[in-house]
Amino acid sequence: MSIGHTLLGLLESGPRHGYDLKRAFDEKFGHDRPLHYGQVYSTMSRLLKNGLVEVDGIEAGGGPERKRYAITEAGITDVERWLATPEKPEPYLQSTLYTKVVLALLTRRDAGDILDTQRSEHLRSMRILTDRKRKGDLADQLICDHALFHLEADLRWLELTAARLDKLREAVTR
Amino acid sequence: MTHPAGSLLIAQDLRKTYGPTTALDGAEFSIHPGEVVAVMGPSGSGKSTLLHCLAGIVTPDSGSITYNGREVTSMSDSERSALRRSEFGFVFQFGQLVPELTCVENVALPLRLNGSSRKAAERTALGWMERLEVDDLRKKRPGEVSGGQGQRVAVARALVTDPRVLFADEPTGALDSLNGERVMELLTEAARSTNAAVVLVTHEARVAAYSDREIVVRDGRSRDMERVV
Repeated sequence: MSIGHTLLGLLESGPRHGYDLKRAFDEKFGHDRPLHYGQVYSTMSRLLKNGLVEVDGIEAGGGPERKRYAITEAGITDVERWLATPEKPEPYLQSTLYTKVVLALLTRRDAGDILDTQRSEHLRSMRILTDRKRKGDLADQLICDHALFHLEADLRWLELTAARLDKLREAVTR
Repeated sequence: MTHPAGSLLIAQDLRKTYGPTTALDGAEFSIHPGEVVAVMGPSGSGKSTLLHCLAGIVTPDSGSITYNGREVTSMSDSERSALRRSEFGFVFQFGQLVPELTCVENVALPLRLNGSSRKAAERTALGWMERLEVDDLRKKRPGEVSGGQGQRVAVARALVTDPRVLFADEPTGALDSLNGERVMELLTEAARSTNAAVVLVTHEARVAAYSDREIVVRDGRSRDMERVV
């Protein structure tokens, strides 16, 4: 995720201090990965240097955290361009799990075991997300659903592979 | 395989063949009160046969099934159907509600069959319908409600006798994802609040994510992932 564009987007609703920006980011998008203060300040200095934000005021007490940032016209254009550009779909062609399965078949290990263990690990994550979703608000539910659908896609692949292990063994050991 | 102490329902070395087809080939299973266990596996792996054996609907060729300390496989047919009526609840992919009865009459039906008066049975039924958020459908017939609503009515009917074990075979298989999740939420909440055990057969990971643990059935053999990992 582009932290720069996200912080810029958050600034569009009005000027904020670095600390406020971090808090808003963590609350809306951070989930399990809150931003470090260092990341916020290095990002803001870069945006400042590129003219995408400006310092709107500095409060007494000093220190970089007291700076209030405002988005510039160039910043708004930049956010707009970012939002309008589609994200490149992940190619998903380099899969560690696929590699493990093929290597297991090549070395005559039990590939079914690998798939079973992985299914169990995926389900463990899905249980945590399902529980969080159950307790959360709509925003929580949607981000958890995003993760759940991706994990589910992995699991569907896993079931399909489990059902075709014999054929895959033939294909890779030929 | 040893089973954890305090298990309510235990199956050991279950074998079942249908003609030349082996459905179960040494399957094992155990569940505690209040636990939700997903039974997963590809279609044709034997998971529905396992559920039917556990529920006393199908008798295995060999192996043992113990419910609450009693051997199910040596019970007579009438003892087994009494067990199913009083201790077990069932939800299937399609609600299998009786089309001629209203929703509340459907939910009250198991209590009526057990000898409750109509008034008492419908009062209890309505309580369950409220928990499943379908009490406003009490006077409608199954043909007049949506798939998701019908399935919630079926869950209410399965829980109305306070079963110790709820057997759910692809309970959300015919529903869209939002309705399916709501059914799973309400089903697991209701079961946990009454300390019922839930045996949940599903091939959908998102449904299995409502369970506490899963067992995987493949080629008629089961694998308890919690005890493997």
